[in-house]
Amino acid sequence: MYTLGIDIGSTSSKAVILQDGEMIVKRALVAVGTGTSGPAQLLQQLFANQEIQQSDIRKTVVTGYGRMNFKEADKQISELSCHAKGVHFLFPEARTVIDIGGQDAKALKIDSRGNLLNFAMNEKCAAGTGRFLEVMAKVLETNINDLGHLSLQAQNTINISSVCTVFAESEVISHLSKGLGTADIAAGIHRSIAQRVSSLALRVGIQSDLIMTGGVAQNIGVVKAMENVTNAKIYVSEYAQYSGAIGAALYAYGEANK
Amino acid sequence: MNDQKEAKEIIRELMEKHYEDAIAAKKNGELIGWAASNFPQELAECLGLNIVYPENHAAAVAAKKAAPEYIAQAEADGYSNDICSYARINLGFAQLKTCAAQELPMPDYLLCCNNICSCMVKWYETLAKELKIPLFMLDIPYNTSYEVTPSRVEYIKEQFKLVISQLEVFTGKKFSEDRFKEVMEISSASGRAWRRAMDAMASTPSPMNGFEIFSYMGLVVCNKSRKETTDVLNQLADELESKIISGESSFKGEEKHRILSEGIACWPYLGHNLKTLGQYGINIVGAVYCKAFEKVYSNLDEMAVEYATVTNCVNLEKEVKMRTDIIKENNIEGMLVHYNRSCKMWDGFIYEMERRIAEETGIPIVSFDGDQSDPRIFSKAQFETRVQSLSEIMDQRKEARKGNR
Repeated sequence: MYTLGIDIGSTSSKAVILQDGEMIVKRALVAVGTGTSGPAQLLQQLFANQEIQQSDIRKTVVTGYGRMNFKEADKQISELSCHAKGVHFLFPEARTVIDIGGQDAKALKIDSRGNLLNFAMNEKCAAGTGRFLEVMAKVLETNINDLGHLSLQAQNTINISSVCTVFAESEVISHLSKGLGTADIAAGIHRSIAQRVSSLALRVGIQSDLIMTGGVAQNIGVVKAMENVTNAKIYVSEYAQYSGAIGAALYAYGEANK
Repeated sequence: MNDQKEAKEIIRELMEKHYEDAIAAKKNGELIGWAASNFPQELAECLGLNIVYPENHAAAVAAKKAAPEYIAQAEADGYSNDICSYARINLGFAQLKTCAAQELPMPDYLLCCNNICSCMVKWYETLAKELKIPLFMLDIPYNTSYEVTPSRVEYIKEQFKLVISQLEVFTGKKFSEDRFKEVMEISSASGRAWRRAMDAMASTPSPMNGFEIFSYMGLVVCNKSRKETTDVLNQLADELESKIISGESSFKGEEKHRILSEGIACWPYLGHNLKTLGQYGINIVGAVYCKAFEKVYSNLDEMAVEYATVTNCVNLEKEVKMRTDIIKENNIEGMLVHYNRSCKMWDGFIYEMERRIAEETGIPIVSFDGDQSDPRIFSKAQFETRVQSLSEIMDQRKEARKGNR
């Protein structure tokens, strides 16, 4: 039996098809999120080669920022619950999750069955999220995907004191104009994110295993900075960006078995 | 058929009358005072003063979606957007002097009390300077100790006496001990009626949609020491008690979850917030306001203690107990916290308060960012996600409890 989980975020759309609630048989990612053609493109990608037909899908659950606007799903569930479930699928020993998406950051406390126990989310401000990194990468004239490795070359991490994206951008420009190295600045940016987001994790209480998910988890610099700040080992899956979609597909499997 | 109006309707009319009376009094050349919401209205009532409350007015303006114009005026005048939005709306109104959403007569004097907010002193000082009118200040300091100490009671009583004598001189009206006793009796009777109405929410399901608390509290803030307030609150309590017996409720649909609402309401989005909670069968069956207005007193000493034990004036241990008592008494399963960016004091203690409440009660606590009356601070999508997640956690816990049976 196939079930589909769709996670429509603020800056990207993700989907996963699970077989019998156990195996990921297909995944898709489109780099645009809610309000765009992203969700439609996702479906196209998933079913383009006709290995699995849309009619084979028993149940669909949608999650993420754009969940309310995707009417084709059987159910919509919050991304908090879906991330908890998805991370538990990938890491059964997970108890704390730090998820940094395009526009928000959250820390989740989960139990041994992947149930969400508690969570803390960022304030309305998008400091410390994927969008923050996008702005910084642009100023550093670096591809966002290279930012992590660049920061690992840092000799002397620069302190970025502003949490506001706009002010932090000015701070970075000021450091650049003084001739400071991009690697040192990138490391400072990552440390600034880690400090901001780790406070959410500390509020819910960090218990191992600690997992990072979301697009920003693919940035090794942020993961390392987060490990330094939290003093804990962090696990990241190759499916880091798909945790919400996996959780949604698992919920869909639960719905199908009702 | 019973033609008697429901308490809800009477309360709405009394609030309209509160503003109409003040506007008429101003037209008749009477002096109007602007008062802080926790200034002891018994003193003003006893002296027969015409008082209106800028905080209540700002909330009404925000709920009617008219706040941006006044906020913009205040910010254009140089007030920082970090300042309380009630203050900004009122300081903007003090310049513009009219508001179609809710008119308010301009003041001839000011009555400030700092028990719920120290920043308010600066707001009122500014008004006094801008409008060139006298400010009567009542200082009720924050309590670092759990109980109000006798020396503080003495200090506050002296403050009361000073303000009474100053107001006598300014208004030419005379303070009467007999009238004061009578006013305190009425005020205490209103407090008891309020308690009875709020106690009805302990019933499962609650006979009332908790958002109604936000509509009813305005009357208690403005007119607690009036006989008609006591009467309508008793009627409200009677109605709620009848609804408990008949199994009715003003909460539409099944009450799936019972929560405590923490923080001042997000007035510009009250309708949205109500709808979102309703969508998940979540009813507010407790708020700190439930306890805030139930105070009873029969002399100046007791009144001093009560006005010094309002929220934001008491220490953290007492703040926690105010909430945990309601959580336990009203069978509450979750808590929704509004980080109200206007209220620095409240935001300041909320993190630690949440931690202690979670530790003591074990309920899930979820927060959202917003502001009591500045519509720019709130995000609908963030609110919806957090409320839905809270509902999912509460659902899951219910399922787990069922499984354990």
